[in-house]
Amino acid sequence: MNDIGLRVLVVDDERAIRRYLHAALNAQGYTVYEASGGKEALNMVVADRPDLIILDLGLPDVDGVEVTRQLREWTPIPIIILSVREQESDKIAALDAGADDYLTKPFSSGELMARMRVALRRSLQTAAEPVFKMDNLNVDLTRRQVKVAGEEISLTPTEYDLLRILVQNAGRVLTHRQMLRQVWGSAYESEAHLLRVNMSNLRRKIEPDPTRPRYIITEPGVGYRLRAEA
Amino acid sequence: MSTLPPDNRPDPDRLLAHVQADEKQRLRGHLKIFFGYAAVVGKTYAMLEAAHQRKAEGVDVVVGYVETHDRVETENMLKGLEVIPRQTITYRTIQLPELDIDKILARKPQLVLVDELAHTNTPGSRHGKRYQDVEELLSAGIDVYTTLNIQHLESLNDVVAQITGTKVRETIPDSVIDEVTDIELIDLPTEELLNRLKEGKVYVPEQAGRAIEKFFRQGNLTALRELTMRRAAERVDDQMLSYMETRAIPGPWAAGERLLVCISPGEVSERLIRTARRLADELKAEWYAIYVETPGQAGMSTDQRDRVHRMLRLAEDLGAKSISLPGQSVVETVTDYARSHNVTKIIIGKSRRSHWYELLRGSVSDQLIRQSGPIDVYFVNSEAQASFKQSERLWQPHRPWRRYIWSIALVAAATGICGLVAPYISPTNLVVIYLLSTVVAAIFLGRGPAILASFLSVATFDYFFVPPQLTLAVTDTEYILTFFGLLSVSLVISYLTAQVREQAEAAQRREAQTAALYELGHDLTATVGLEAVAKTIIAHISQTFSREVAIFLPESGQLRLYNASPGLVVAENELAVATWAFEHGQIAGRGTDTLPDASMHYQPLKTTHGVIGVLGVKPANPNSYMSPEQRRTLDTFVNQVALAIEGARLAEQARQTELLEATEKLQTALLNSISHDLRTPLVSITGALSSLEEASPALDEEVRRSLIETAGEEAERLNRLVGNLLDITRLEAGAMRLHCEACDVQELIGSSLEQIGTPLKNRQVKVEIPPKLPLVPLDFVLFSRVLVNVIDNALKYSPPDKPIDIKARVSNHSLEITVADRGEGIPAGDLEHIFDKFYRVQRPDNVSGTGLGLSISKGIVEAHGGTIRAENRRGGGAIITVRLPLEGIETNE
Repeated sequence: MNDIGLRVLVVDDERAIRRYLHAALNAQGYTVYEASGGKEALNMVVADRPDLIILDLGLPDVDGVEVTRQLREWTPIPIIILSVREQESDKIAALDAGADDYLTKPFSSGELMARMRVALRRSLQTAAEPVFKMDNLNVDLTRRQVKVAGEEISLTPTEYDLLRILVQNAGRVLTHRQMLRQVWGSAYESEAHLLRVNMSNLRRKIEPDPTRPRYIITEPGVGYRLRAEA
Repeated sequence: MSTLPPDNRPDPDRLLAHVQADEKQRLRGHLKIFFGYAAVVGKTYAMLEAAHQRKAEGVDVVVGYVETHDRVETENMLKGLEVIPRQTITYRTIQLPELDIDKILARKPQLVLVDELAHTNTPGSRHGKRYQDVEELLSAGIDVYTTLNIQHLESLNDVVAQITGTKVRETIPDSVIDEVTDIELIDLPTEELLNRLKEGKVYVPEQAGRAIEKFFRQGNLTALRELTMRRAAERVDDQMLSYMETRAIPGPWAAGERLLVCISPGEVSERLIRTARRLADELKAEWYAIYVETPGQAGMSTDQRDRVHRMLRLAEDLGAKSISLPGQSVVETVTDYARSHNVTKIIIGKSRRSHWYELLRGSVSDQLIRQSGPIDVYFVNSEAQASFKQSERLWQPHRPWRRYIWSIALVAAATGICGLVAPYISPTNLVVIYLLSTVVAAIFLGRGPAILASFLSVATFDYFFVPPQLTLAVTDTEYILTFFGLLSVSLVISYLTAQVREQAEAAQRREAQTAALYELGHDLTATVGLEAVAKTIIAHISQTFSREVAIFLPESGQLRLYNASPGLVVAENELAVATWAFEHGQIAGRGTDTLPDASMHYQPLKTTHGVIGVLGVKPANPNSYMSPEQRRTLDTFVNQVALAIEGARLAEQARQTELLEATEKLQTALLNSISHDLRTPLVSITGALSSLEEASPALDEEVRRSLIETAGEEAERLNRLVGNLLDITRLEAGAMRLHCEACDVQELIGSSLEQIGTPLKNRQVKVEIPPKLPLVPLDFVLFSRVLVNVIDNALKYSPPDKPIDIKARVSNHSLEITVADRGEGIPAGDLEHIFDKFYRVQRPDNVSGTGLGLSISKGIVEAHGGTIRAENRRGGGAIITVRLPLEGIETNE
């Protein structure tokens, strides 16, 4: 799955990391642009029109979250955050600001490539695929049908909505707030227990072993992600 | 020293004293006094001359304070010497120059010149007297040259006053001279001195006239000159004796004589003390000054108490051992003390009591002579001096006047009763009612009012009931006998009753003090820790002496206020006084000679290890001073306090040293562990990378892959370690804040297993969670880290083919999660340590770990208010239980 010729802007103030990413991404066939600060990055997005941005949070001039917010005012370009900040609040802030994904340094290039592919696929295909299939799980959004190991299971409307937005964002982290807003409405953004109870029930219905989930992955303190690749 | 030396061999005690004195002398500066008999003999000139000579020898000489009296010759002598500028002290509106002791101490010369040793400093100076300044300079190891006139010597003060008719106020204790290394007698024939004066070389002219008239008379001067020479000779004699003693040279040992002088609250004591000192000097005798406090004196006025105290201090200044002893009778106490201390001569003042009084009570002198046995008794005449004000009359009432009103009322009441019963009884029997009133007055009102009642009774009885009534005249002479009987009986009764009462009071007071002391001791033994000890001390002392108390203790070399009575504010300058007391190991502040302007009295806390702190005492009423009795009690208190504080300090130090050692050990272990753990993965990574770089083509694919895998794993391990270190740092810095949310336990366990990832592959993990567990409020991220660490631990310490059992349940209102393995279990001795930082159970197959995981887990669980513990599992293996209390949570949603 090599998207040859796709352009990636790497924004990081550490030269060593830019160098490493440059080499790794080049090897995968991407064209790489580099920026060492937030302002430079904003300009380059306008000038070079990249297909994806890999963005560090701790930039010397403008913070990465702020860069994300400004970009989101006019472009849906996929943004993957790469940061040493491992506090969940930082991750949530970046994701809520509109970042597509979040990776904590250090990371493996394999992981990064997978996340990039997910993000690119979502941005290049305008509509989400109506059918999601992985292992024994089969979700058909057009028919509102969920099958586990070929057997249709019944979900409550809330459980189905949860599964639906996970499928629509397959491979991507959804924060608790995003999920609550989309399923219950913005008035329920802080009612995390609703989410937990329904996720617990949903898992019990679709996961073969709910204590070791295969499909719906918990991102501790941040949100959930539907595993997209086996 | 209760027995006399049997022969002339050097007494070991004395030799030791000599050695100690020598030692002290070596560290101290040397004092040289230019000693003269009058102001004009040329002491200052001689001192400057000597200074120049020393300077020529290369000694670092400075002038601290020299009074030239505008004499040209003297001023010329000052040239070529470095003069330390004087400080100016403002007293009221006048600016007065004084010796600047701090500048000299800072300059630290070898030798400093300080004129007029007996000078009294301006109030507001550090010390009351200049000789105390000099003392401080000497203590600092600086040599001092100074000048002194004979009339300023304490013990000769009254003799000089007798000779010249002028009493000199500025005196110095004889002990200052006794410790002097060197005395140089500056002599000038009297005629020459008078000539100098006439030439106006000395004083400013108008002063000279008066001075010559009053002081500088040929006769006076000759007498003073003789006195001076004799005193200087005595000093030389002392030195000779001292020399002979140390070398066991047989000589005129006079040490056998011991004098004892008895002090009373009367004025005679001052003279008595000086006489005793002179006598002691002449006899080369040790001497004691003692004051006997009898129950009868319990009602003494504060003025009298102060005087006694002053007298004891004066005696001490003059070289006596002063003691204040409680006793029933003066005579017995004195003779007992004299006998037990081998006193050979007792000196007492001639009684000035009336003949009547002595007939009634017996004279102390007579009793003393009878009881003293082989001890000589000397009487010193109390010479009435106009300059002393008779401030205390014998029967002066010091009780509130209200008591006298009461006694009058009592007599009035008695008269009223008599008036009622007079028609029925004969007048002579009415006397009994009056007697009764006197007894009541004696019991409840004290001695004075009772005596008043006695006289009033006689008068009213005469006036109202003895015919002719309503006059003081008496027709029947029989009544004279009645009067006399009534008066004498009531006087005796009042005296005896009052005495009993006062004795009881004195006993009570003493008992109260003993009890207070006992209580302090008792409470101190029960107190642990310096802070608690200080609090106990403050509470006890302020209660016993009704004073505010502050404790000062040194902290890194500087004296600081450690604790004080609530509300007591200690100003910066007060701290300076306390510091002085601390550094010099002497009392200072209020009621002392050093910095008496301070608001508190400072007492150094001395132990065998030196001065360990200072106790400050501040009276509630600025005009009240402590009685000698209180001072004595305070001294005893201070000794106990010093011991208690030292004990507490030592205990604290020991504990801190222990703690420090433990911390140091831990830190070393920690650093070793961290550097090992951080470096090991780096070694593998750099090793793998360099092999790949250098030998890339030569390596076959499998080796390359294995190298890369190793590097990757090690990097992962390094990352985990750094994460752990960050966690533990956050935990310890208190920077880890909990974000508790209702969490699903199943999700928590699932997420934890997910986070562990690869190591769980091919490992059997059994998870048991009851279906209806409630949501539990906890910090999901942190708590999953707990489980990750605990599960990871189980994985590491058990063989790969054995399962890991994870169970969650709710019991006893708490959530319990257990992680059990089937490994070797934990050695019993390690059970309580496995949650310690960097603690790893020793295993032959070196398990890689940071030794931080469990300690982080413990920190997080405890932050949640839960507990974590480890035990060995039945059937082998270890089991770790995390328990989290669930308060107010329904077990079912």
